[in-house]
Amino acid sequence: MLEVQIKKKLPHFLVDINLTVEDEILVLVGPSGSGKTTILNAIAGLDHPDDGRITLNGNIFFCDNEKPLPTQQRNIGYLFQDYALFPHMTVEKNIAYGVKKMNAIEAEKRIERLVNTLGINHLLSKYPHQISGGEKQRVALARALATEPSLLLLDEPLSALDSRTRLECQEELQRLHATWKTPFIIVTHDMQEAEKLGDKIIFLESGLITKTVDNRSGKMIC
Amino acid sequence: MTDYSPLLLSLKVAGISTFFVFIFGVFFAHLFSRKKFFGKSIIESLFMLPLVLPPTVVGFGLLILFGKNGFIGSWLLNWFDFQVVFTWIGAVIASIVVSFPLMYQSAAAAFESLDARMENAARTMGASNWRVFWTISFRLAWPGLLAGLVLSFARGLGEFGATLMLAGYIPGKTDTIPMAIYFAVESGQMEKATFWVVIIVALGFSTIMWLNWWSRRNIERYKNDNA
Repeated sequence: MLEVQIKKKLPHFLVDINLTVEDEILVLVGPSGSGKTTILNAIAGLDHPDDGRITLNGNIFFCDNEKPLPTQQRNIGYLFQDYALFPHMTVEKNIAYGVKKMNAIEAEKRIERLVNTLGINHLLSKYPHQISGGEKQRVALARALATEPSLLLLDEPLSALDSRTRLECQEELQRLHATWKTPFIIVTHDMQEAEKLGDKIIFLESGLITKTVDNRSGKMIC
Repeated sequence: MTDYSPLLLSLKVAGISTFFVFIFGVFFAHLFSRKKFFGKSIIESLFMLPLVLPPTVVGFGLLILFGKNGFIGSWLLNWFDFQVVFTWIGAVIASIVVSFPLMYQSAAAAFESLDARMENAARTMGASNWRVFWTISFRLAWPGLLAGLVLSFARGLGEFGATLMLAGYIPGKTDTIPMAIYFAVESGQMEKATFWVVIIVALGFSTIMWLNWWSRRNIERYKNDNA
């Protein structure tokens, strides 16, 4: 379970949130500049809150007055907006980048399974600039999942895709979540996407949670 | 028979100086591109100073520093019985100081234009800081770093003023191509001067031609991704 209770001063407002995520898909919805990416970055350790506490399954990522756990040790998958695939590496090398060399055979099998699930076998020898937007999204997902993360963060993962590919990828994300059973946090400003993907939806505005909805029951939690 | 020692010495001096300039330039540019601290702009201004100062001023400063009574010069003499002034090592030091700003500038621009998400993506996958630098930052900044490397080498080949002040002109010992040209003209040996002028123009021209060709090719390579 992920528990996040943080405060962070941004130039125009204060991000002040308190949320918990079980093995479910949490969607953060809000207009641009409402602090969504700041929250993901704080969880990933790419940016630190001013104060608060972040824990994942009891493992402390951040706590007041303590040295934050480095990003490298948080075991988090992060799918960046526009995917941030390494342009100088083939798809295969991109996916294998974070895989530990110690369990090579096991890792190879895991990558093979991922690649098959996402249907990207034919792309392995290609470079990111040689593949389409939807394919990049699948490669980025495979790369983020290849390290077997305990939590997957997705920042506007479908914003660069056309509507048909977007629909396919939404279904794929749900399938992957059903298989991996780890918490997913998805950031979006598309309400339809939030309703389709989220088990729980949190609405953000100027760094504050304005509404939390349990999407499975349709009930407003607060 | 033509004495090619100025060419060999110039290549040796520029090569060794470029080696050090590349390492220090990349190190400081990467460090400074990711860190903000008090006094950073002062240090960066000091790094760039040799670019705007007359080479004679740089040479004078180096002479003060490395001369027999200089801070470093006296230390080298006392501890290692070694003197930099009037040796080819003096030419290397002069070359390092004048070409460092070119390397630093190119490397800083290359690192600053890097998409920080690439490095962050690598970190989220558990890569150590060294691995992030070597496999991501360095590789992606390579076109800019190579441009700095080539320009520094070319600058090292053409260095004259500061070298003359620190290393002097000793035929067979510190006579780099620019020195050979200057002293050939001064002694009326126009044919010799012309020969070395043609050599250094050809070296400089082919360096810039190659750099332009290589940069264009590299821009084409990932252009779809950067669009």
